[in-house]
Amino acid sequence: MAPKLFRRYTGVYNRGVNPEGFHVSQLKFYVLLLPLSAFMMLPILFIVSSAFKPPDELFAYPPRFWVVNPTLKNFTDLFSRMSTSGVPVARYLFNSLLITLVTVLASIAVSSTAAYALSKKRFKLKQTLFAINTVALMFVPIAVTIPRFLVIQRLGLLDTFWVHVLPVLAMPVGLFLLKQFMDTVPNEVIEAAQVDGASDLWIYWRIVLPMIRPAIATLAILTFQATWNNAEISSLYVNDESLKTFAFYLSTLTTTATGANAVAGQGIAAAATLIMFVPNLVIFIILQSQVMSTMSHSGLK
Amino acid sequence: MQSRSAWQRWWSREGSAYAFVSGYALLFIVFIVVPVAAATALSFTFFDSIQPPRFIGLRNYIALATQDDIFMRYVLPNTIKFSVIVGPGGYALAFTLAWVLAQLPKVPRTIFALILYSPSMTTGVAMAVVWRTLFSGDQTGYLNSFLLSLGLIEAPIQWLQSPDYLMTIMIVVMLWSSMGIGFLAMLAGIPEVNKELYEAASLDGVSNRLQEIFYITIPSMKPQMLFGAVMAIVATFQAGAIGVTLSGSNPTPQYAGQLIVNHIEDYGLLRYEMGYAAAVSVVLLLMVLFFARVANRLFASKD
Repeated sequence: MAPKLFRRYTGVYNRGVNPEGFHVSQLKFYVLLLPLSAFMMLPILFIVSSAFKPPDELFAYPPRFWVVNPTLKNFTDLFSRMSTSGVPVARYLFNSLLITLVTVLASIAVSSTAAYALSKKRFKLKQTLFAINTVALMFVPIAVTIPRFLVIQRLGLLDTFWVHVLPVLAMPVGLFLLKQFMDTVPNEVIEAAQVDGASDLWIYWRIVLPMIRPAIATLAILTFQATWNNAEISSLYVNDESLKTFAFYLSTLTTTATGANAVAGQGIAAAATLIMFVPNLVIFIILQSQVMSTMSHSGLK
Repeated sequence: MQSRSAWQRWWSREGSAYAFVSGYALLFIVFIVVPVAAATALSFTFFDSIQPPRFIGLRNYIALATQDDIFMRYVLPNTIKFSVIVGPGGYALAFTLAWVLAQLPKVPRTIFALILYSPSMTTGVAMAVVWRTLFSGDQTGYLNSFLLSLGLIEAPIQWLQSPDYLMTIMIVVMLWSSMGIGFLAMLAGIPEVNKELYEAASLDGVSNRLQEIFYITIPSMKPQMLFGAVMAIVATFQAGAIGVTLSGSNPTPQYAGQLIVNHIEDYGLLRYEMGYAAAVSVVLLLMVLFFARVANRLFASKD
């Protein structure tokens, strides 16, 4: 009772952490955040603006930030193009969509089953496996590009669809977040089901999965970002042009173009970048509250 | 019969748990454990990917420490400069912004969080077109045009090809996208600190918000702070390709933006000295572990 009275008496109700409404003392934070977030948004607004610019505005000197006469020409140009080896752009986009869809689903299946065992089952190696996964949070995949190449070559995965999917699936952060969130599911619920004779598979599918939806959503976003934005796998492990991703095609647009070609390609590259960026944004907006509730269990002890 | 029932008992007790982890464990071993082990093993060999690896002991490491002029003069100092600024700098920025956001009501907080997080949704590589246009070397580049019109410079500057500016631009680009998953974790953690702790502290003489942060907020959310730190370290080292992306060449102009990851690619994928590249990879992984240990010291929970 006392703290509540104290808060009401001193009028600090809307001051301090996690306030419920507006208070004058918050003004200074807005003064700081507004210009900063404007600055942070500049590159993204620039992409949006450039993607709709007609050629004369892309070439304009002095350069102008905002588009004046927006046009869809860059997008129609992008999709009427072929890569140098004759693969239509739509093919790259289709590859990316399919790869991302399969990877996200497979990642949820693989990580959530493992998280169920690590969180709710009792077995000898449980603590050890979770500790190993926690150390692997520090794993930097880019450091072992070459040995990974050798492994993928041995497995005969080069130039296959699965080379896009399999290496991404074991994602230590994903398993970590799922397991931490699953720890909050009360054991009594599971024990009650076990008493009723339910199998592990049934408990996993009918009880645990529905209760950890926020964590699944978070894993889906992380996997989506790792896959949808991935250009390295296509450039390192895939030679077959018709198996490469849209992110890879975008990287060829920005690295191969030079001189006058670079300016001509700039509008198309901006359109492609926008296509890359928008799904990230939309998915995050839809799932953000679930992500935040997962993140409050992210602590590393 | 005896063994069969023992097997059945084991299966009903532990077996299904192993079945549940098996898929993840298999992929984890194949794509994380084996490559790390292979890198370690190859680092003690001479391997040009044509002939089988030949064991040469520590010679790769000795060469790295004593003969690799480029590594010692450019790559290592660059990596240290880049990671010290981008790692702790980005982390401090992420925490500060998370704290500031936590002082706002839910709706504006969510909107600002979305804006600050949006740069990390996509990778530096995907945003290359933006940076290349903004920092374009001729007068049509946005930064050049802006500075020219203000009269601050007289001739356009080749930002991305210039050894003087490349590193700075790399750092700016990285800081721009440093509000990632660790930022979200801290943003979720700060409002969960028990409010009564602050009230108790104010009665105990904690008088300003800065003291509050260091005595209450950070100690109460050490696990999230540690998670954020680990994510910041990994993101810093994983982003090694940024200099090559911006300048468009490996090696970067006069090695100005050459980081350890580029050095690995330079030796492994361009010169095919894979044993040597593996030794550099091992050094990189050890650096990550070292920094993670430092973070662990800072934020380890006592219990």
